[in-house]
This record gives sequence, structure tokens and C-alpha cells, in this order.
Amino acid sequence: MVTLVKRAKPINMMTLLQKIMVICLLLGGVSACNQEGTLTLSSKSIVYCAEGSPESFNPQIITSGTTVDATANHLYNRLITFQSKDNTISPSIAKSWHVTRDGKMITFYLRKNIAFHTTKYFTPTRTLTADDVLFSFNRILDKNHEFHSVSGGNYPFFQSVQLDSLIKEVEKINDHTVRFKLYRPDSSFLANLATDFSVILSEEYAQQLAKNNTHQQIDTSPIGTGPFKLKEYRVGSFIRYYRHDEYWQGKVALDQLVFDITPSNTGRLTKLLTNECDVAAYPIAHKKIIEHPNLTLEAVTSFNVAYLGFNTQKAPFDNKLVRQAVSYAINKKLIVDTIYSGQAEIAKSLLQSASWAYDNSVVDQVYSIEKAKELLKLAGFEDGFEMDIWAMNIQRPYNPNALTMAKLIQADLKEIGIKVNIVSYEWATFLQRIKQGEHQSVLLGWTADHPDPDNFFTSLLSCASVNSGSNSTMWCNEAFDDLLQKSLKTTNIKRRKQFYSQALAIIAQETPLLPLAHSKRYQARANNVKGDIMSSFGGINFLTVYKDEVGKE
Amino acid sequence: MLIFTLRRLNLFFFTMLLLTILSFSLSFLFPGNALINVSGQINASPEQLILLSESYQSESSIVTQYISYLKHVLSGDLGLSMSSQTPINVEIADLLPATIELSMVALLLAMAIGIPLGFIAAIKHNKSADSLILSIAMIGYSVPVFWLGLLAILIFSIIFPWLPSAGQISLLFEIKHITGIQLIDILLSDNIYKWQAFQNASAHIILPACVVAMAPGTIFIRLARSSMLEVLETSYIRAASAKGLTFNQIIFHHAIRNSLVKIIRHVGLQFANLVTLAMITEVIFSWPGIGRWLIDSIYQRDYTAIQSGLLVLSCFIFIVHILTDFIYAALNPLARDSKHA
Repeated sequence: MVTLVKRAKPINMMTLLQKIMVICLLLGGVSACNQEGTLTLSSKSIVYCAEGSPESFNPQIITSGTTVDATANHLYNRLITFQSKDNTISPSIAKSWHVTRDGKMITFYLRKNIAFHTTKYFTPTRTLTADDVLFSFNRILDKNHEFHSVSGGNYPFFQSVQLDSLIKEVEKINDHTVRFKLYRPDSSFLANLATDFSVILSEEYAQQLAKNNTHQQIDTSPIGTGPFKLKEYRVGSFIRYYRHDEYWQGKVALDQLVFDITPSNTGRLTKLLTNECDVAAYPIAHKKIIEHPNLTLEAVTSFNVAYLGFNTQKAPFDNKLVRQAVSYAINKKLIVDTIYSGQAEIAKSLLQSASWAYDNSVVDQVYSIEKAKELLKLAGFEDGFEMDIWAMNIQRPYNPNALTMAKLIQADLKEIGIKVNIVSYEWATFLQRIKQGEHQSVLLGWTADHPDPDNFFTSLLSCASVNSGSNSTMWCNEAFDDLLQKSLKTTNIKRRKQFYSQALAIIAQETPLLPLAHSKRYQARANNVKGDIMSSFGGINFLTVYKDEVGKE
Repeated sequence: MLIFTLRRLNLFFFTMLLLTILSFSLSFLFPGNALINVSGQINASPEQLILLSESYQSESSIVTQYISYLKHVLSGDLGLSMSSQTPINVEIADLLPATIELSMVALLLAMAIGIPLGFIAAIKHNKSADSLILSIAMIGYSVPVFWLGLLAILIFSIIFPWLPSAGQISLLFEIKHITGIQLIDILLSDNIYKWQAFQNASAHIILPACVVAMAPGTIFIRLARSSMLEVLETSYIRAASAKGLTFNQIIFHHAIRNSLVKIIRHVGLQFANLVTLAMITEVIFSWPGIGRWLIDSIYQRDYTAIQSGLLVLSCFIFIVHILTDFIYAALNPLARDSKHA
């Protein structure tokens, strides 16, 4: 029996052992030569560790920042765009535009030879024309449009800016000229067209889809004019973009752009530390990244503001002097240092310094206990009083920790004899009760949809917004509202700036709210990744990004 | 051999029967409508529901329902995933190969390291090398796999940036899905960066495979040790030694071969253990396999996926088990005559 066993085994065992040996050698040898091997490919590619999956590949139908980051600037272009430096509107697909004197007609002159993506599922036969622009906007505006109800028929951004009640008609003048006719002048209209949401789709592609009765694909298998085209998307795992070789602004430096979808905060940090991603969104452990020799932590001030709003219809905050007194008593620097770890801009006004309407001459309430006490005395509250501060118990982009912020304010106000009670509710209830004006004061904030300053003023402090519920101060000032209206009716930036400066001065004077901080948006990247990715407004952009391999050594 | 084969097939048949009954009853045990649980059609319109009900015969007796369920399973229709609404057989076909790849590499690793160490321990029986190896085995066996995984990432990815911490391959490489087993797919692909991709994928598999291999490897140490000790006690070894063969000749020509046969038998058993470990490891290393998918499904209460995933996974483990039994029987004629399966 033993001999039998022996005869059967030798071949089997030897081959098995050999296999094991071969695999061990392979595995052992591989790690050493690995780094050198990927160099050629990785030097022309970027892996971006994103925080979540996109809901769709068409920014028209979404509002989430994650989706905008993952799609808007890579796949598409808009008629006009924001210049990243000062956020003024600059040409994109439209090389120029003209607004009539009454502001009701805007004519766009389109660039010629803008090519759409050529992919496995679509080969364009023509470059971009007015038809594509008409298609992209009529899809949103015309409820009977063939593509309007595809993907649910909701266009949240355009509904919130009431585009359908603003645009009378989009008219094709010739192949490369489009005219928008408006019901009334609106100077934030151009800003709305320049947001990441107002992308231009391909009409030819839509026709092809309509012919095959696969309308849905327009939002899932995108065709645009942007610097990258979609190659592959695996839900919850990754998005692979390839370079669009016929891109009208010239080829980008990267061959490939991969979004590695990593929802876990620690997962993104680990991948960044192990070089598995080149850029990571919303990093944690800022200190660790700053200390790391090969990593850079970047921040841009994004267009948001955290503020303390006073309910101006409730005593004692119906008294301007009390509002000012409280404002003087709050140490903004301490708040920024504690809540934002010093990584936010101290807010002087509703607008941050990056906005074109920012006015440096506006005086804010500089922390001064003496002044606060003086004002309280003037108002007749020498012995102080008791007040409520409402603070949400969840994290928002503009305020990472409202409850702690409320506690800091509580301590500050104790100095001038004001006793503060902190009130908190579950988020939905919280907003509901504020709408009804139940609060005395509240820690809230606002993230802008586009850099036009009107978005801050009208939404937060106009009389109309008292009724719609977004004005938590219940403050209604006719002179202020008048300035906002005047500013919307003109397109002259200089005049608008003057109007907004006056509006800011009224806010500083009346103090319906106290702006506290403009928080930043963070991103971490490997040192060899060069070029601008984040801008202070809108989604990320890899147009100018390249890899500097020398820097890696 | 014929009787042996028939016996195994018999065992296979009855186990499958039990497994399908269990998986079938799960759709009733899970909360919600049994028909929707089994089909995964959460957004079905009333008309579609009537069609579904006919196809699964949910109005008939429980036996008829079971038979129609079996028909669906046998035709490869495992229903739709409740969370993604894609057919589960497609998802499984995508993910199972990655798990097989990880498990196979880990198994080979466990055997390649565990068995020789076990032999050394047996040969140096009751010496310090023996106790050293045994204590290593004991520690290795006791370490929880999730902790080991995190530790491995911390040491070999973060402190010493030698190996990648997540995924199957760097996402930069675009590898077409052919067999699903990444290393083979890379070799089959016509990517110009083929060799780089292969190196990259191999670097990615090292950490998770080592982590998975740890516990089974220590079991192989102990198995190899005891089986070698047993063989060294036998009379034919003593006879060989009496004939004047050198120690090396005895070990390499007689002892190793005979003790290996005994170990092969346990490979099948260890494989089930290995797959369980691989499921946890997949979560830690973001390995795109069926384990991570199944655990995600549990989080998302995706009952259809849990039900079908369990069925496919247990079926797979069982097939491997039977296959190793066949290999063992082919190597060891004694086993073929054993009366019980």
C-alpha cells in the first residue's frame, strides 16, 4: 500500500511545490519593482478620492455638491463661466454676449468648432451649434419637451431661481447666435447661466437616443464638450474619465482622471498617505497632513457665511442698541480659532473678501467689552438680561459645531451681564420653528448657489424672504430692499457694487445679524500634483492640473 | 472509485436540497412580502406583481412554491438586488471571482508557509525550534483577523509605504473583465501597461492574502506537525532507518510524501474557514469581492441579495470541499474504500 501511495504522489507533489515556489518568487520580487513600474502611467493620470457617488451625470437635474464635483467641469462647458481669480463672468462656449439696454434681451455669440465627445456610444457628426444650446435650455423650460420628464422632470436649481418665469423664449438667430428673451431684467441671470448647473448638452446625441428610445441615457451616459469624457462608471466604486482630445481649449495635460469613491474619512486619509490617491476631498487630520513631507493641505474660502441672527420682532432685540451691544461683546477671533481651528475667514460682513461686491470700508463691530457695556447702558439694560440662542446639533458646511459656538458666545456675553440659554431641536423641527419666528436669536448660515452677491442679500434679509422663511431675523428695511432691487435692474458692475456697499452699510448700522465666519473648503494633495483644482466657487476642475514627477524625487 | 463518487454525489444532492430549503424559507422569515423578498422587485407595479406571483406560483401550496423557486435558481435567476435593482447573478458573477482569487492565493500562501514549518517542528520534536514554531502558531491563530488587517495596513502601508492598502489594483489600469480573476485577466488583456498592471495587482494582493492566510496557516502548521509525527512513528520509517538510509533520505523520500496526503484531506475543511476570513478581510481592504458585497447587503437590508448570496457562497464552499475529497481519494486509495462519506 505504501508503494502505491508513493507511485501516485511524486508528480503531483512536485508540481504543487513548484507552483508554490513560483508564486512565492513572483510575490516577493514584485513589491520591489512596483514603484518604478507604475511611474509612466501615473505621471499622466490623477486619482481623486471623492467622498461619495454622483447621483447622475447631468448637473442640470441635481444640486448636491458631490455630483457637481464629479461631473460638471470635467464633462461639460457652460455658455459663460466664472473666472476663478475674481469670480467675474467670463466667456466659455459663448465668446461674447450682448445685453440690451433694458436688460430684457441677451444675445450670445457662440464659438465655432467646439467638438463634442466621441465615445463608444456616440460619434458626433457636427460641432456645437445654437441647436445644442436651445435643446439644453428648452429641456428645462418647456414642460412638453420630449426630454423634460426624463429622470423625473425636476431641475431644482432652475426652479429655485425661477428661471421658467424669467425666460420668455430662447431663440436661434443663426447657427452660432442665440438670444434669450426675458420677461424682466435680472442682473443675476448671467450668474445663473454661469453656474455649474447650466451645462450645454448635445442635441444630436439626444436625437440618437430618441430614435433608439433610450432617452434615459442622456443623464447616465453623458456627452458634453468638456475636457474629459466618461469611459467607465462602476456604482459606488469608481468613475474613469479619459482626455477629450479635441477639446476646444486645447488638450489637457492628463490622460486619465479617476474618481476613487471612498466615503470613509479614514479610508481617504489612508489612501492619501499610501499614495493611492493623488488628491483627497474633505480630509480629516489636518495636522497630520501638514506635517507630512509629501502632502499639502489646501483651503479655499467658499461662498458661505455663518452668522448670529437676532429676531428683530422680539424684545429685547427689537432695539438696535441691544443688537449692537451683543455684537461688540462677541469675540469672533476666539470662535474662528476654536470652532474652525483658525482655518476660516473672520466675517466682517455677509460677503467675503473674494466677492466682487466686497467693500473693505464697511466697519464691523470690533470686539470691545467697554463699548458693549456702554451701548447696553444707553439701551437701558445696565443690569443685563436673559436671552436664548438657538443652535443646531448637526454639522453644516459653514458651521462645524454650532453648539460649542453657542457656548463660547454664552461665556462672552456673561462678561456684559447677559445670561444665555442654549436651545436646540432636531434639524427639521429647528428650521420649522425658526420659520415661525419662535426664536430670540439663532446661529445659522448660508451657502451661496452662485457668486452673485444678490444670492446672500435677497435670501437672507429682504422683506420677501421674511414671508418665504429664509430670513431668520424677521428684519424688513425698505431702504435696503430698494437698493437690492436697483442693483438687480442694472448690469453695470460698478453701480451694483455701489448699491451693495450701501446695503452692507445699512446692515452694519442696523445689525439684524452678526456675520461670524466664512469657513473654508479643504482638500489634500500630493506635492507633485500641480495646478488649480478648487476655486472659491463651484465644483472642482482638473483643466490645468498636471503632475510634476521631478518634485516627487 | 465509482461507489465513492456516487456517495459524494449523493451527499452533494442532499446538502443542496437542505441549503435551497433553508434559502427558500429565508424569504418567509425576513420581514416583508415573501414574493418581493425572493424576487427583489421592490418597485414592481401591480401588473408586474401578478406576473411575478404566477412565475413563483405564490398562490399554490408551499411545495409547489419551493419547486418553482428551485426552477428559478437552477435557471440562474436569483432575483434582483433590492438596493441596486440589478440581477444578482450578474453581480455575483462579477464579484465571486475576486473572492476566489484572494482565497486561492491565501490558501497557497498558508500551505507554502504552514506545512514546511509544521514539518520542521515535527522533526525537531520537543526541541526549542518546535516550541518556538508552536507558540508562533498559537499566537497567529488567536489574533482576530480584523485587528490583524488594520495592523498590517498601519505597518506596511502607512508607517512603511511598501504596499497599497485598498482595492484589487490601482484604478489607473483599465483591465477588461474576462474571467474575473484579476491576475489572469491582466495576462489575457492587450493593455500596453500589462506588466506594470500585473506587478501592481500582485502588490495589492499581498497584504490581504497574508492576513487571510494567517489563521489557516497556523492550522496547517499543527496539522503538518502531528501528521509528520505520526508518520515518523510508523514501522516502515523505522524499517527504513534500520536499513541504514540517511535521515534526509527518510524525510524526503518517505515521510514528507506520506504525511502530505493526510494534510490534503483537511484543505477542504480549511477552505470554508478561509472564505469566512476573506469576507471580513475584504471589508478592511476594500477588496471588491462577494464578502464585502454580502456584508454591505446586510447593512442595507437587501434580503434578496443576502438569501442568494448565502446560497451561492455555501454552494461554492461545498463544491470545493467535495473536489478536495476527490483529490484526496485519488492520492490515497485507502480513502476510496471508506464506508462513510
